[in-house]
Amino acid sequence: MINLQEVIETNKMIEQENLDVRTITMGISLLDCADKDLTVTCEKIYQKITTLAQELVQTGADISKEFGIPIVNKRISITPISLVGSACCRIPGDYVQIAKTLDKAAKEVGVNFLGGYSAIVSKGMTKSDELLIRSIPMAMACTERICSSINVGSTKTGINMDAVRLMGDIIKQTAEETKEFDSLGCAKLVVLCNAPDDNPFMAGAFHGVSEADAIINVGVSGPGVVKYALEQIDKGWKTTCNGQGIIGKGTDGLANFEVLCETIKRTAFKITRVGQLVAQEASRRLGVPFGIIDLSLAPTPAIGDSVADILKCIGVEHPGAPGTTAALALLNDQVKKGGVMASSYVGGLSGAFIPVSEDQGMIDAVEAGALSIEKLEAMTCVCSVGLDMIAIPGDTPATTIAGIIADESAIGMVNQKTTAVRIIPVVGKTVGDTVEFGGLLGYAPIMPVNRFSSQRFVDRGGRIPAPIHSFKN
Amino acid sequence: MTRAIITVVGKDTVGIIAKVCTYLADNQINILDISQTIVQEFFNMMMIVDLTKSVKAFNELSDELTKIGNDTGVQVKCQLEDIFDKMHRI
Repeated sequence: MINLQEVIETNKMIEQENLDVRTITMGISLLDCADKDLTVTCEKIYQKITTLAQELVQTGADISKEFGIPIVNKRISITPISLVGSACCRIPGDYVQIAKTLDKAAKEVGVNFLGGYSAIVSKGMTKSDELLIRSIPMAMACTERICSSINVGSTKTGINMDAVRLMGDIIKQTAEETKEFDSLGCAKLVVLCNAPDDNPFMAGAFHGVSEADAIINVGVSGPGVVKYALEQIDKGWKTTCNGQGIIGKGTDGLANFEVLCETIKRTAFKITRVGQLVAQEASRRLGVPFGIIDLSLAPTPAIGDSVADILKCIGVEHPGAPGTTAALALLNDQVKKGGVMASSYVGGLSGAFIPVSEDQGMIDAVEAGALSIEKLEAMTCVCSVGLDMIAIPGDTPATTIAGIIADESAIGMVNQKTTAVRIIPVVGKTVGDTVEFGGLLGYAPIMPVNRFSSQRFVDRGGRIPAPIHSFKN
Repeated sequence: MTRAIITVVGKDTVGIIAKVCTYLADNQINILDISQTIVQEFFNMMMIVDLTKSVKAFNELSDELTKIGNDTGVQVKCQLEDIFDKMHRI
C-alpha cells in the first residue's frame, strides 16, 4: 500500500516543483474531409473536429481534478492540410479560408492551439504544397490558434533546398504580416527535418498519414522536478538507488556522473508514469485509442520550470558555457532511458526542449552574453528538437534565415533525428531590444546573427541528396 | 473498489481529523488506513479511503473536502490512488 512519504513526494512535485502534464493532444485525420468544393471541405472539417474533440477539454479538466495533477494544455493536431486541400484550393487565399475554419473549430471546442497547417515537402513540393506554404503569412496573420509546420528534409530523402529557400521568404513575410504583434506569427511557424507523425507539442504537431482516424498523444513535462532532485543529491548524500549508504562522491563533494544520471533517470520514470496514466484515462474516457507519450522536458517561462536550470545544476555557470553540450546530451539520454520503461508507447520528439523565450534560464544566459545562436546550434545536435523560439533582428535577410534552416536540417538529416527552426525576425527591432510574446511563449532578447551572406549557397536550388548511411536496405 | 487518498497538510489544530472523518462517515466512505507525521512543523496526514459506497460523486466530494480544509485553515486534497501507485510502483 502507498505510504505517506510517497504521497508527500508526489504532491510536493506537483505543488512546488511544477510537475504537470503539458498537453493532451488529440490527433484527428481529415483525409476524409477532402472535397473538390472548398465550402464543402470547410464544412466537413469543422464538423469532424467539433464532433470528435467536443469532450476533449472537459475530459482533461476532469482527469486533472480527480488525480490532482495539472493538465496545462488541451490541443488538436490534424492531417497536414496541404493533403486535405489539394483538390479544392486553387490560390493561397483558398487555404486561408481553411485556416479560418480551423481557427473557428479550435475556438468552438476550447483548445488553445491546433497544429497541422502543414506540408511535408522533404523531397519535392506539389502545386498544392506550394500554395499552402505561400498562404502561411496571411493564415498566421488572420488566425489566433493555428500552428503551421513544414517538413523540408529527412534522412531518407535529403533536403529540399527549394523549400528551404522559400521558407526563408515565408518567415520574413509572416514576420511582416504580424509586425503589430512583434511578429508573433513566426512563433507559430516551424520548419522541420525528420518531423515525427505523432508529435503532441506545438508548433510542430500534425497528425501524420501513418496514423489512425483519431488518437490521443500526451506530452509530459517536469524540468522543475529534475532540477529539485539534482539539488538534493548535491546537498544531501543520502540519495542512492535504494536510499541506503553513500555512493558516487566525486571531487569537491559533488555527486559523480553515475549518481547524477541515475537520479535523472529515476525522476524521468516517475514523471512519465503520470503521463502514461493520464493518457490511458483520456483514451478510455474519450473512446479514442492511445497513441504515444512524448517524454519531454518542456520548460515554461515560470520560475523553476526551466531546462537551463537543470544544466546549471549539472554544473555549467550558464547554458552556453563549455560543457553545455555534454550536459545536455546526458540529460536528454537519461530522460529517454527513464521514460521508455515507464510507458508502453513512446514517440513524438521525446527529449529535452531548449527554447529561448520560453525558458527564463535561457533568457538569462543570452542576457549575460553566455549563449549564442552558434552554441544553440551545437546543442541541437544532442537535444530533442532544434533552434526554438529565437528572436533575431528584423532586417536579417531571407537568405540568411534559409541558411540557418539548411544548417539545422543537415544536422537532423545526418544524425537521423528531428531538428527544427522556429526563429522570429522581429520587424523593427534589433540586437539590444527585447520582444514580449506573452503567456507560454514568453519574452526574448534579440540575438545577433552572423552577418556574412549565404545567398549564393541557398539560391542554387534543387535538393541535397540523402546521406550514405540512409541506404540500409 | 475505487480508492482515493485524502491528504491534510497545515498547522496542527484541534479537531481536523474529527471533521474530515465525520464528513466521510456521513457520506458512506470507509477509511482503510490513516497515517500522519510532522514535517517542518507542518501536520501531514493521509487517509486511504474506499469510495465504492460513497453517496456523492467524486467532484462534489473533492470540492467539499477542500472547503472543510479552507474553513479550518489547512489544505485538504482528495486524489484517486492510481496517480501514487503508478508513480511509485512498477
